[in-house]
Parts: sequence; structure tokens; C-alpha cells
Amino acid sequence: MTTATDQTKSTSVLATEKYLGMYRRMTMIRFFEEQVNELYTRALMPGLAHLYIGEEAVAVGICEALRNDDYITSTHRGHGHCLAKGASPDRMFAELLGKEAGYCKGKGGSMHIADPDTGNLGANAIVAGSAGIATGAAFSAKHAGKGQVAVCFFGEGALGQGVVYEVMNLAALWKLPVIYVCENNLYTEYTHFSETLAGDLLTRGAAFGVPSESVDGQDVRAVHTVATKMIARARAGQGPSFLVCNTYRYTGHHVGDINREYYRSKQEEQQWKTDRDPLKILADWLFSYGLADAQALDAIRKEVGEQMATAVNFAIAAPYPAVDKVAQDVYA
Amino acid sequence: MPETAQRELTFAQAVNEALAEEMRRDARVCILGEDVAEAGTPFKVLSGLVQEFGVSRVIDTPISEAGFTGVGVGAAMTGMRPVIDIMFGDFLTLTMDQMVNQAAKVHYMSGGKWKVPMVLRTTLGASRRSAAQHSQSLHAWFSHVPGLKVVMPSTPYDAKGLLKSAIRDENPVVFFEDKMMYKLKGPVPAEDYTIPFGVADIKREGDDITLVATSSMVQVALEAAVLLESIGISAEVIDPRTMWPLDEKTLIASVQKTSRAIVIDEGYERYGITAEISSVIAEGAFFDLEAPVKRMGAMHVPIPFSPPLEDATVPTGQTLFAAAKKLCGKN
Repeated sequence: MTTATDQTKSTSVLATEKYLGMYRRMTMIRFFEEQVNELYTRALMPGLAHLYIGEEAVAVGICEALRNDDYITSTHRGHGHCLAKGASPDRMFAELLGKEAGYCKGKGGSMHIADPDTGNLGANAIVAGSAGIATGAAFSAKHAGKGQVAVCFFGEGALGQGVVYEVMNLAALWKLPVIYVCENNLYTEYTHFSETLAGDLLTRGAAFGVPSESVDGQDVRAVHTVATKMIARARAGQGPSFLVCNTYRYTGHHVGDINREYYRSKQEEQQWKTDRDPLKILADWLFSYGLADAQALDAIRKEVGEQMATAVNFAIAAPYPAVDKVAQDVYA
Repeated sequence: MPETAQRELTFAQAVNEALAEEMRRDARVCILGEDVAEAGTPFKVLSGLVQEFGVSRVIDTPISEAGFTGVGVGAAMTGMRPVIDIMFGDFLTLTMDQMVNQAAKVHYMSGGKWKVPMVLRTTLGASRRSAAQHSQSLHAWFSHVPGLKVVMPSTPYDAKGLLKSAIRDENPVVFFEDKMMYKLKGPVPAEDYTIPFGVADIKREGDDITLVATSSMVQVALEAAVLLESIGISAEVIDPRTMWPLDEKTLIASVQKTSRAIVIDEGYERYGITAEISSVIAEGAFFDLEAPVKRMGAMHVPIPFSPPLEDATVPTGQTLFAAAKKLCGKN
């Protein structure tokens, strides 16, 4: 028989493991994206990619509250969501390089990674393009009755698209288990969101009677707490929620967006990196409660760094698809 | 011939029966659209389905074509077999991103991992005095997009068999019904049958000229064939039935036999279905042709409201007869 003290201890051990897991996952995303930038600058990657650096706490805080059989839809800035839902970095890098071993056999690329094994319905290169798909997955989930939910990730730019409001209306009417997650990273491409969106963002969900909250998107624990609540609500058949995560995109709109001073200052960028970094915020919290020391986090970073190096090498060495595969997979 | 084969149904009843049979066979099949449940659509094509299958499977949506088409795509990817109802083909413009960028591309972009077994049913056809935003035939747009299949039945028999194939298909299928044809009657077996995609149907055999006609234009072509017969021209009427996949072989073989062809379709003639099929025929039967392949489609104007104006925009039995006569060298 366990004593109350033992239980408290084991609960706290579990919590520590969970937060260290989140630290590891956020580190994976950070290092993955740094490698992507490196691949771009070394001209090893065809096309462009949109980096998630700075926003790691959003994807991780939410996906850590999901089951493997829950669904997500992602965006053009989607690497973080895919990794947070459990995708493997080697096959993701392979996809980014257009290789046969990639998640989509090289046919999708950076903006279209999809993986049925982790419930990832796909990243989408049309802004708000997956709002219907996520809501449809929630429709299926409700029909199947297994308690699955769908999370629809999108940036604040998607709030300019009408389809978001069409499906929110439908989801509210039909009480569908879907969580609409708006990552407000402040910039719709190269324009501050205050120039593109009128009114308060939260009222967009509230207008449909959808419970709507905003959260500090740099604090993975805060994101996780509110996501857990919204997901539980969806699983219980109480319908959709709308979550605005206030966050920041450290780098450009895409890897080639180097000179950004015409739309935001270096000072602003530095301030977020210094004061609001999601990895640093979690690390400081772990330290302050004595749940981890610098050595433990260093060990995680070292391990993840090695994992990423191996994954990149795998992708670089992997073969391209044979040209005769070009017409395969058009029809099922 | 079994007695049931003699049974006649209207085009609308054939569509309704196909849906009902598929919904009985497969619990994953559901219908989403505006006024599909109690109202059974403005054309009453779906009457009775909600009574049998309930509001959880015959689902009235808000007027949100993009929204509920998108829901259909996501639902199809995750285990359902949705049949999306877009009341007027003109409203397809509102679904374009969901159909063209999402439904059509999901399978390919995911390297073949996700599938979208969804049917989008909609209408086409002018002459209902409904003016420019309720009369268009926009099937060429969807036939242009890899990843979609496009089906255009012209008889009640074809409607039932093709719709059942569409619902069982693993891909997004756009199914066009001529709204002026809903009352057309024809033999429809009561039993289960399907018609495979990519198989043209010879609606009438002939030797002198091939009339390739789709959907609403099949009746027009049959009418012209009767007129042509009266002046000694034997016309073959071929209905491709599916725009994609397209039965090129049957079209080419017919023209190799007849040496002349007119392609008739109610979509806009310019950059339309007729251009594509004409090109297939020209490439495949060039050395057998005795005249250029002719196209006939809707005029390059928004469909007007005023009856005499509207009637001038689409091919008729008379205009087709005149064109065929000329192509055969008879004045």
C-alpha cells in the first residue's frame, strides 16, 4: 500500500517527466528548424520553408494533451505541429529534400507533411485551407463515438478567410469536437496583424457561442493547461473551443526573408528572444522548483542535437523518387 | 429480361434510389447540403431520405458551401462517405478551394496515404428561366483538375448506376445532374447495379456522323439523329458518361467508322469539354476524318433571363441538325 507522501512524490515525478518531455519536444522543433535553415543556406533544400522557431510552446503544449488517434491539421508553418504530434525527424527532413523516404514520398514537401499514423491530416499551404478538413474530422469523430478530437492550427492571418467562420458556425451548431487554435505571431507574412484584422480576435469565437480564451503562447505549461481543458470539453461532447495563443515568429516569413526591418525592428526580435523564449521560460520554471538542473537540460539538448544530425544525414543520403513515380497517387 | 428491368423511374427517382440503396448498404454514407432533409432539396430529389435515415445522416447545413464542402473533405479522409449537395452548379464557385486545392490534391500530396472518398452532387443546365447565376454548366472546370473524377449521367439508368459507382469510389467525384432532366423517365432496374467510370455508351448506332453528346445534350443529339435519318444521314450518338476518366477508345473508334464528328455539350464552348474531346478525336482519328471536328456548346455570354435570349444560348435539336447536315455536305 502506498502512502499519501509516496503518491505526492510519484505525481511530482510524473509531472517532472512530462515537463522534461515537453522541453525535449520543443528542443526537437528548435533544432529541427535550425537544421532546415542550414539546409537552405547551404543550398541543399529545394524551395523554401517557413520556420516555427519561437512558437514551439504552442504546438507542444497542445499536442501533449492529445491522444495518438486525435487529429490535427497544420499550416505552411507546420514542422512544429508535425513533430509535436509525433512525426519522426528523419522522414520529415527527407520530405523537405524531396526524397522518396519522406512522409509523402517527396510529393508534398515542407508545406504538405501528412502522417496518418500520428493523426496528422496534413499541413496546408492555403491559409485557412484546413479549417474544413479539421472540422470534417471532428464530424467523423463525433460519428465514430470514440472520444477523438481534432485540432485545427492556423495563424492569425487565417482570420481574414471566411471559411474559418463558416466552419466555426457549423461546429458550434453540431457540437463538434474541434479546437481552433489561432497562433497569433503578430505578423501576417510581412504585415503587422493590427493592419489586417479589425476588432478583438477573441470575439470571433464568442460570436458563435464558442468558448474562447487567449493564452501566453510562450509558456508551454499555460498552453497545456488551457488546451487540456478545451480538449476534455470536446471529448465530453460539449463542442468546439477557440484558443488564441500569443506568440512570436523569431525568423522571417520564410527562410529567405532576411531583411525584415521594413516591417519590424531587430530590437523587437531581440526582446522576444531574450525575455520571452519558450525554452528558457520552461527551463527557468524547472530550475526554480528544483525539478531539473542545467546538466539535465544540457543532456537533452545534446541528445536531440545528435538525433537531428543523424536525421539530416539520413535525408541527404536518401535517394530521390524514380521519375516514373510522378503519375502515381493521383487517384486512389 | 427480368420484370424489374421494365420498371420506369424518373431521373430524380433514380438518383434518390441510388442514394437510399447505398445508405442502406453502408452506414458511413451521409448527405450534407442546404435543405436536403425535410425539404428534400428544391428539386425534391431527396424526398423521403430523411424519413428513412434520420437527421444524423441527411443533414441540413447553413448556406456555407465552402464550409460544408470542406467538412465533407475532412469527413471523407477520416472514415465517412459524404455526399455533398450543391444545389445549383453556379454555387460551385464557392467550393473551389475545397475541391481544387484540398479534395483533389490530398491523396497525391500525402504520397497516397490519405484518401477522399467523397461525392459532390450538383446541377447544370440552362433553359429554366433562372438567369446567369442559376443556369451554368461548369463541369469543364473540374475536368481540368487532376485528382477529381467528373460524371455526367444522361438517363435515369445511367444516373443510378453511375451514382452508386461514385459513392463506392475511393476518390472525390463530382456528379453533375441536368436539373431540366429530373422528370425524364426511363427504365431502371430495381436491383443493385453499378456502371463503371470511363466507359462510353453508344446511345444510338449510325454510320455517317458521330454525335458525341454529354448530359442534357444527349436528348438533343437523339432528336437531331431522328431529323438526320429523315434526310438519309445515319448518326451515331455517343455519351462518354464520365468526363474523367474519358473513354477515348470508343470515341475514336466511332469516328474512324463514320469519318465525321460533332461534339455537343452544355458548358461554354470556348475552352470547354467540347474542345478537349474534339482534340482527342482529331489526334486519334485524323486520317479517317473527312471534315473538321465541330464543337457546339453554350454561347460565350452569361446566361440571359429573357426566354428568347436564353434559348439562343444553347444547342438544340434543330441547330445540331443543321450543323450535322452541313458537315455531311448536304445543304
